[in-house]
Amino acid sequence: MAKIPLTIDGKPLEVDTGKTILEVCKENNIEILTMCHFEGIGDVGACRLCLVEIEGTTKLLPACTTKVAANQVIKTNTEKLKKYQKITTELFFAERNHICAVCVADGNCELQDLGYKVGMDHVRFPYLFPKAEVDTSHPSYVMDHNRCIMCTRCVRVCSEVEGAHNWGVKNRGVEVRIISDFDTPWGDSTTCTSCSKCVNVCPTGALWPKATVQGQLVKNPKMVSELVAKRKMNL
Amino acid sequence: MKKKLATVWLGGCSGCHMSLLDIDERILEVVKLADIVKCPIVDGKEFPPVDIALVEGSVTSDEHLQELLHIREVSKVLIALGDCAVTANVTGMRNYLKKEDVLDHAYVKAVSNDQQGKMPGHPALLKLRDKVLPLQEVVHVDYAIPGCPPPADTIFYVLAELLNDRIPNLEQERKLKYG
Repeated sequence: MAKIPLTIDGKPLEVDTGKTILEVCKENNIEILTMCHFEGIGDVGACRLCLVEIEGTTKLLPACTTKVAANQVIKTNTEKLKKYQKITTELFFAERNHICAVCVADGNCELQDLGYKVGMDHVRFPYLFPKAEVDTSHPSYVMDHNRCIMCTRCVRVCSEVEGAHNWGVKNRGVEVRIISDFDTPWGDSTTCTSCSKCVNVCPTGALWPKATVQGQLVKNPKMVSELVAKRKMNL
Repeated sequence: MKKKLATVWLGGCSGCHMSLLDIDERILEVVKLADIVKCPIVDGKEFPPVDIALVEGSVTSDEHLQELLHIREVSKVLIALGDCAVTANVTGMRNYLKKEDVLDHAYVKAVSNDQQGKMPGHPALLKLRDKVLPLQEVVHVDYAIPGCPPPADTIFYVLAELLNDRIPNLEQERKLKYG
């Protein structure tokens, strides 16, 4: 593969063409915050946490969907980026009803970990307290929209890896919601195979197996990444 | 000179105060540097002027609102203690329901009421607000200690820093905890 030169955080690198900035950063142990990104499924740039600064443009660009180009000068850890990462994190918490004290994912939650990482001790924006449904119609799993951050990992894993296309998205802005089939109860789905991939890749306590109590949720997200890798190897 | 410290709980369960008591014998170090001039288990006098106010709980009623505005006025440093104070937490779970429906479910429709339940209406009772708010949506908050409850070590760390005229930094000390 052809190599191109670029600079990340002042460090000159020779990288493969065709890769994303996020891939290159991972290979070079440069930490980038992510939430909607998941190893093994396609990137959509939904969460805006992986934004980077690139010289020559005033726009902040998502590292997960921006391809590397020759002579790019990329910055990943400026004060400006840190400021936006904190704002983005606070908006996740303000937009839905994230009540860690009663959540199955408490202590094992990527959103909590993100809050700790960006140093969020409180949210500076007014909480929206939206009315969000809890769908318990599936025999094995629960979808709690109060805890969903719209990363759409579930939608992508269901279509790209399982091939079932059960999950979709409706509406926009604060009204945006994940839907099962044509916005019908999950338990009535004729496409869901109950494979649990969505449950395992969900970063929060939005998707969880029934009979899980507060703080006891265990997920196996690596299962999905490994499955994708094994399929590529044609084992 | 010794500093003045006071604590109060608004819309909370008192769990944060239990966690405060869990600092155990370290409370002796606190009282070396500060007089605890008011707390919920002492008496009903007005919240006095203090250097540090530890406020547990959210603003759920008219009484909480008045109390919090008063505390802000008489306190040099106001600390939001615990998830209810910082995020509204469990007390805020009624925010996406109608207040009347919530009261109805608790006092009239609850199975345990045997269909005998009545809505309490005594004038001495506090009046619930339509929406429960975390402290920072009502007044300026100087420091926030999230957690349900915050660990005793974290509460002691913040108190010890402030009483020794240092600025606590929960992020740097890896002491952030939600839930």
